[in-house]
Amino acid sequence: MDVNLTLVVVAGALVGCGAYLLLERSLTRVLVGLVLLSNGVNVAILATSGRAGEAPFYGSADVDDMSDPLPQAMVLTAIVITLGTIAFLLAMAHRNWQLAGHDDVQDDTEDARIRRLAVDDATSDSYDMTADRDDEDDYREDG
Amino acid sequence: MMTSLVPLPVLLPLLGSGAALMLFRFPRAQRLVSVVVLALVVLVSATLLVVVDREGTQVVWLGGWTEIGVALVADRLAVLMLLVSSIVTLAVMLYSLGQGISDSNRSAPVSIYHPTFLTLVAGVSNAFLAGDLFNLFVSFEILLFASYVLLTLGGTAGRIRAGTIYVVVNALSSMLFLITIAAVYAAVGTLNLAQIAVRLDDLPDSTSLMLHLLLLVTFAIKAAVFPLSLWLPDSYPTAPAPVTAVFAGLLTKVGVYAIIRTETLLFPGGRLSELLMVVALLSMLIGILGAIAQSDMKRLLSFTLVSHIGYMIFGIGLSSQAGMAGAIFYVAHHITIQTALFLVVGLIERQAGSTSLLRLGGLARLFPVLGVLFFVAGMNLAGIPPLSGFLGKVGLLEAGIADGGALAWTLVVGGTVTSLLTLYAVAKTWALAFWRSPQEAHAMAEELAAADASHGPAAPDAPAVGRRGQVRLDTTSYDAGLVRQAGAIVDSDRPDRDLHQRLEDDGMPTRLPALMTWTTAVLVAISVAITVVAGPLYAFTERAAGDVIDRSTYVTAVAEAAE
Repeated sequence: MDVNLTLVVVAGALVGCGAYLLLERSLTRVLVGLVLLSNGVNVAILATSGRAGEAPFYGSADVDDMSDPLPQAMVLTAIVITLGTIAFLLAMAHRNWQLAGHDDVQDDTEDARIRRLAVDDATSDSYDMTADRDDEDDYREDG
Repeated sequence: MMTSLVPLPVLLPLLGSGAALMLFRFPRAQRLVSVVVLALVVLVSATLLVVVDREGTQVVWLGGWTEIGVALVADRLAVLMLLVSSIVTLAVMLYSLGQGISDSNRSAPVSIYHPTFLTLVAGVSNAFLAGDLFNLFVSFEILLFASYVLLTLGGTAGRIRAGTIYVVVNALSSMLFLITIAAVYAAVGTLNLAQIAVRLDDLPDSTSLMLHLLLLVTFAIKAAVFPLSLWLPDSYPTAPAPVTAVFAGLLTKVGVYAIIRTETLLFPGGRLSELLMVVALLSMLIGILGAIAQSDMKRLLSFTLVSHIGYMIFGIGLSSQAGMAGAIFYVAHHITIQTALFLVVGLIERQAGSTSLLRLGGLARLFPVLGVLFFVAGMNLAGIPPLSGFLGKVGLLEAGIADGGALAWTLVVGGTVTSLLTLYAVAKTWALAFWRSPQEAHAMAEELAAADASHGPAAPDAPAVGRRGQVRLDTTSYDAGLVRQAGAIVDSDRPDRDLHQRLEDDGMPTRLPALMTWTTAVLVAISVAITVVAGPLYAFTERAAGDVIDRSTYVTAVAEAAE
């Protein structure tokens, strides 16, 4: 199978930039990253179809000269799906901005809470809740 | 003739989804469509189960495009998953009708809920039947898109926050899946699973190892296997109860199903079984330790979900027929039990107004029925004999002992420890939410709040906000907004009006909503009934495991249907 080196390099560059942007905190940049990444992946799928050839229409050319239609069909499907994802993410970024005034990917508040407990150096609530009440009082008097 | 049944579990919900979308002005008709369609899917799946068990794997090449088109394959494993998932989705649909998700409630608009739910079911069915890697990708996308909408239903701040992470993680894993598909196509020139299985053997070992790893990573994100599971406990608990229940029950199992196919059909021989066993151990232990640390019931259950995915990966990693049979049985058991538990917690949230263990108390006396349902389901999750969870775990542990390797023994021990820790987590929930009195809960919550105020690092807004919005506590810097948010959460746990006060003030609604309670009860009863039919069911899962381990069954069935 022949592989088009240009396509591979383009795919690599797009995927690399996309992955970098995905690590950003702003949802809009994540979104741009996703666009780049998906285009990179689509180019990679095209690269797997081998060398370029005639349009794969029945009877229009010799079968051996045609390019492989299957990856093209897959890329088409992938483009449609990515379009949907991007539209949904755009709506979410907008909603996030409406609600919070920014579009940052936010931390989970429960995680933040556990982190805060760690900063306090406090024991988790579960110990206090499960320990026997009387025992606990004794400990306090002793200590 | 019977092959015409195979596409129905996908087509019926899709058509139903379209009908429900058109009927958005008529909520009653919509509900009728949803229930009838889901009931039909249960019937079709049950028929398929009988047919496939008697006559062998059923294959349909869609549109008659043999060899180059898309195949739907219903083997024993697929039809079992179909039947269990359709029963669970029907139950969840009835429950959500009882919950009145159709009320003019802003956070749950009905006109979207029904069509989206049916689309989700179609996607799940398609994933189980897909005989083609790209079709599998498309079915993942169908169910993911439905789940995006269900997760962010109503667009409240919490759901958007959880949804953002969920969508980005899943979009990324979809991209990874596409890259894998491109690589597989470049390597073998086909995407039909049966054809790939035959052609992969000719590949150089390094190439096939790379494809194997790519596929496993992709599916492990969906299945929430430990290092790739961190998105799950964050996303699931914010959705409405029936949505969380169906997500937790089904969506991760689709990933597990895909891992089973990868390990048996595409790359048999267990080349990566040691890796699988290690991540299974980590999933089990770290998942359950996370569960113990939680003080919210929904989050606690999400962590036990991650933990128990580890059992299934353990069974797959053994790559023996006994291990696979145990894993398949465990998947069937876990779908029902995890969904049932989330439905019980949904009922608690509706009745008591909270799922925080800091606020709940005395539920056993207030709602004895809920107490029984939670107790049975919780004990089943922990694997108390003779419930089905016990049988599944015993099957897996026996398979591990039969394997006899050092790693397998470590996993047997790890699995037992996880089981005990699950029991501890369930017992803790029981003791706090059900057993102690509401007054006790009230007193303790006040005490905790007082303690928090006295020995905490002062009020959350006290530390000076430094450059770039950082707060410095001890030796580490934190984002100022984050610390404030965390403070707000602690505040929300303070007993301004907990169960005790609500009881004193205006009394609680002690009547449980009938439809919700009944469907939950039926689902719990089914999970118990799995114990009763465990003999035939285990025999069936062993036959299914035999089919997937000896992959020629699948490959020849697909090839024969092409003739």
